[in-house]
Amino acid sequence: MEGLTLSDAEQKYYSDLFSYCDIESTKKVAANGRVLELFRAAQLPNDVVLQIMELCGATRLGYFGRSQFYIALKLVAVAQSGFPLRVESINTVKDLPLPRFVASKNEQESRHAASYSSDSENQGSYSGVIPPPPGRGQVKKGSVSHDTVQPRTSADQQEPASPVVSPQQSPPTSPHTWRKHSRHPSGGNSERPLAGPGPFWSPFGEAQSGSSAGDAVWSGHSPPPPQETWVSFADTPPTSTLLTMHPASVQDQTTVRTVASATAANEIRRQSSSYDDPWKITDEQRQYYVNQFKTIQPDLNGFIPGSAAKEFFTKSKLPILELSHIWELSDFDKDGALTLDEFCAAFHLVVARKNGYDLPEKLPESLMPKLIDLEDSADVGDQPGEVGYSGSPAEAPPSKSPSMPSLNQTWPELNQSSEDTAIVHPVPIRMTPSKIHMQEMELKRTGSDHTNPTSPLLVKTSDLSEESKINSSVKFASGNTVADGYSSSDSFTSDPEQIGNNVTHQRSHSGTSPDNTAPPPPPPRPQPSHSRSSSLDMNRTFAVTTGQQQAGVVAHPPAVPPRPQPSQAPGPVVHRPVDADGLITHTSTSPQQIPEQPNFADFSQFEVFAASNVNEEQDDEAEKHPEVLPVEKASDPASSLRVAKTDSKIEEKTAASVPANVSKGTTPLAPPPKPVRRRLKSEDELRPEVDEHTQKTGVLAAVLASQPSIPRSVGKDKKAIQASIRRNKENNTVLARLNSELQQQLKDVLEERISLEVQLEQLRPFSHL
Amino acid sequence: MAVCVAVIAKENYPLYIRSIPTENELKFHYMVHTSLDVVDEKISAMGKALVDQRELYLGLLYPTEDYKVYPSHQLCRYGYVTNSKVKFVMVVDSSNTALRDNEIRSMFRKLHNSYTDVMCNPFYNPGDRIHSRAFDSMVTSMMIQVC
Repeated sequence: MEGLTLSDAEQKYYSDLFSYCDIESTKKVAANGRVLELFRAAQLPNDVVLQIMELCGATRLGYFGRSQFYIALKLVAVAQSGFPLRVESINTVKDLPLPRFVASKNEQESRHAASYSSDSENQGSYSGVIPPPPGRGQVKKGSVSHDTVQPRTSADQQEPASPVVSPQQSPPTSPHTWRKHSRHPSGGNSERPLAGPGPFWSPFGEAQSGSSAGDAVWSGHSPPPPQETWVSFADTPPTSTLLTMHPASVQDQTTVRTVASATAANEIRRQSSSYDDPWKITDEQRQYYVNQFKTIQPDLNGFIPGSAAKEFFTKSKLPILELSHIWELSDFDKDGALTLDEFCAAFHLVVARKNGYDLPEKLPESLMPKLIDLEDSADVGDQPGEVGYSGSPAEAPPSKSPSMPSLNQTWPELNQSSEDTAIVHPVPIRMTPSKIHMQEMELKRTGSDHTNPTSPLLVKTSDLSEESKINSSVKFASGNTVADGYSSSDSFTSDPEQIGNNVTHQRSHSGTSPDNTAPPPPPPRPQPSHSRSSSLDMNRTFAVTTGQQQAGVVAHPPAVPPRPQPSQAPGPVVHRPVDADGLITHTSTSPQQIPEQPNFADFSQFEVFAASNVNEEQDDEAEKHPEVLPVEKASDPASSLRVAKTDSKIEEKTAASVPANVSKGTTPLAPPPKPVRRRLKSEDELRPEVDEHTQKTGVLAAVLASQPSIPRSVGKDKKAIQASIRRNKENNTVLARLNSELQQQLKDVLEERISLEVQLEQLRPFSHL
Repeated sequence: MAVCVAVIAKENYPLYIRSIPTENELKFHYMVHTSLDVVDEKISAMGKALVDQRELYLGLLYPTEDYKVYPSHQLCRYGYVTNSKVKFVMVVDSSNTALRDNEIRSMFRKLHNSYTDVMCNPFYNPGDRIHSRAFDSMVTSMMIQVC
C-alpha cells in the first residue's frame, strides 16, 4: 500500500470516521459492519465499494486497519469526485474533497453516538493541533465541549476555543445535529458557502462541509422522534439558501461535531441569522421547541417547573451562570416555571448561546411571550389555575397555583399567607406574563387582605337574612362571630318562637354589621345545626308527648294563625317599637342568635301552649314584659336577644289571645312560654348574663301584666294549666340541656376564633411584603 | 443615594456586596460587617414568634459617621432582615438629601423583591453569590439614582 498523505483536515476527518467505525474502541480496526455502512452511505455503487475495499487492502487483511480505512476513505472521496479508482489516485488527486456520506447512515451513527463520543473524546481535540478551518477544527469531540461553529464572519480558524458548548446528550442538541446532518445530505454539500474559511477549506468547498457534516452526524443522540422531524424539515431547501446568506453559517457546515447537537444548533443559528432579527424563532425551531416542551409537559398550556427546566437546560452544558441568566430573561412573569412561550424563548437563547451568540441583556422582542394577551389576564396557554406552584401554595408544576383571588375565595379564613407565598414561592399564582398581569400580581402582593374578612361576612349576612326569613329555627347564623353563638345561648332561656323569630331577624341584622377588623368568621358550622336538629327532635318529641299541635319548627308561623307572624322579621319590629331598640341592639350584637334558634325551635311548642294556656301565663308574661323592655334597651346582646324572644313571645301571645293587645307594642306572651321563661330565667341567673335576663323577663312579665287583659288565660282550666306546667318543665329541662350543649359549642368556637386570630396575626406580616 | 448595598446570608457571609466608590470598597465591607452585630442584636431583641413586616425593616443601625475620605459625607447604615434571616444592609450617603424613612423602606422592598426573583431562578443555589444581572441592574438603579 502506498503511502497515504492526508491533509490536516482530511486527517481529522478520517480520524473521526475511523473512531466512529471503531465501535470496539480498538483504535486499530474499524468494524466491518460500520465501515460498510459508511461506504453505503457514500452513495457509491456497490462495485465501486468493492473496488475500494480491495484497493485499500481490507480484503486482503480481512479487516479495516486504520491505514486501510484511511485509504478507503480517500478512495471514496476519489470516487465521489468522479475520478477513477486507482491506488495512485489517492495521492495524486489534489484537492480532493472529503468523502461524503449520506444521511442514511446518520441514524445508525446517531444511535452509536455514545460509543462514538467516547471514541471521539479519546481522539482528542484536534483543534489545538491544527489551525483548522472554521468548523473543521471542531472535530474536537471532547466530552466537555462540542464546539459548535461560531458565527465567525471572518476566516477565523481558531475555532476550537469556541465557548459554545453543544450538549452531548441533551435532547435539544441532538436534534440539532440530526437536523444538520440531514440537511447536509439533502443539499448542504454543495450549497454551503464558506465565507471566510481558511485556506484548507477553499479547495474543499462545500463538499467538505457536507462531508464534515456527515461526520458530525455521528454524535447524534437525538431521540428518534426528533430525528425524524428534523429530517423531515431538514430537507427543506431554504436552510441551505439561508446558509448562503449568512457568513457565519459556513462554520456550521464545517464543524464536525462528533457528539450531539452542534449541527442542529448551527442550522438553527443559520436560520435565525438569516433573518434580520437574529432572535427570531423559525417555524421549524418553534416546532422543535414545542416537541421538546411536550416531552416534559404534555399539556401545552401547562408549565414546566423550575426543577425540570433546570435539568433540561443543564444538559446543554452551558455554564450555570449563563443558564441562570437565560432563565432570568425567559421567565417573564418570574414565577419559577416556564410556559410554552417562555420555554421556547429559553431554548432559543440556549441554542443561540451555544452557537456563540452573546446573551442579550434584555429579552429580545421576538422572544417575548407572544401568546399573552396583554389586556386579558386569562391568557390562552398561560393561565393555569394552579396555585401551588408554587410550592408554596402552589407549586404544582403543570398547574400553577391558582390565582390569588381564587385562592382567597376558596379559603376565606386566612388568605394572607397566599400572598406571602406568592412572593417566595415560585408557583403561587399563575399569571399571564403580561404587564398588566404582573401589575396585578404586584397589587396582590401588596395585599388584599381586607377583602377576605369582609367577603365571607357579607356572604354570611345574606345567608342570615335568608335564614331568618325562612324562619327555620335550625339555621343558626353560624355566627359571624363566636359571640353570636354565645348570645344565642343566652337567649336560649328567653321566650321561644317569638324571640326566636326576632332573633333570626336580629341575626340577619347582626350579620350585616360584621366586625370588619376581626378575622373572617369560620364557615357555618354544622354542629349548631346538629344541636339544633337535636333540639328539633326534642321539640317533636315534646310535641308528641305533650300532644301539642306540633307545628314543627318550620310550621311555627302557621301554628299560631291568629298571632302576627313573629317569624317575619319586620313583624316584631313593627309590633314593638320598644323592642325595636332591642332589635337594634341585637343587630349590633349578633352572637346570640345561634343559640336562639334552638329555643326558637322549642318555642314553637310554646306557641301552641300559648294558644292553649292563657290564664296562668298572663302574670308571668306581664312580669316578663317589663323585663323584656329593659332587656331590649340593654346593650347586652344576650339580653337583647332575649328581649326579642320575649317580644316574639309577646307577639304570639297577643296574636293568639288578644290581637288587640298589641298595645304598647308588646304583644302578649303566650301563657305556656311564661313558665318556661321563668325557668329559663332561673337558668339565666346561673350565668353572668342571667341577671339581665331575669330583669328582662321580669320586665316582660310586668309588661304583660300591664296589658289590659289576656282573656285567654283567665278561663283556663286548672288541670290544663297544670298539664301545661308539666310540659313546660319538661321543655325546660330539655332546653337547659340544649343550653349547656350550646355553651360547649360556644367555647369551642371561641377557641377556634382565638387560634384563627393568632394565625391571622402571624400571617398578616407577609401581606406587606 | 445608596453607596453600598450588601446582602448577607443567614450564616453571615455575604451573598452580594457592591459599593459605588470602588476605591473604598474595603471600608464599606468593614462597615457592613460591623453592622451585622447590630442587626443580630435587633433580631434577638424581637423575641416574639410573630414576625411582622415592620420588624423586617430594622432602621438605622448605627449613628451616622463621617466618611473619612470625604468628610462632608454622612454615612448611615440601614438594616433589613427577611424571615429567612437573610439580611440586607444598605449604606447611604445622607449628605446630599436626607432620605426619608419611607424611601429607605421602599428601597429595601425593592431589594427584597429582586432577591426573591433571584431565588425563583432554579439555577440559583441558595448560598451562592448572586450574579443575577437583573439584581445588579436593580441595585445599580438604586445607587445611581441618588448619586
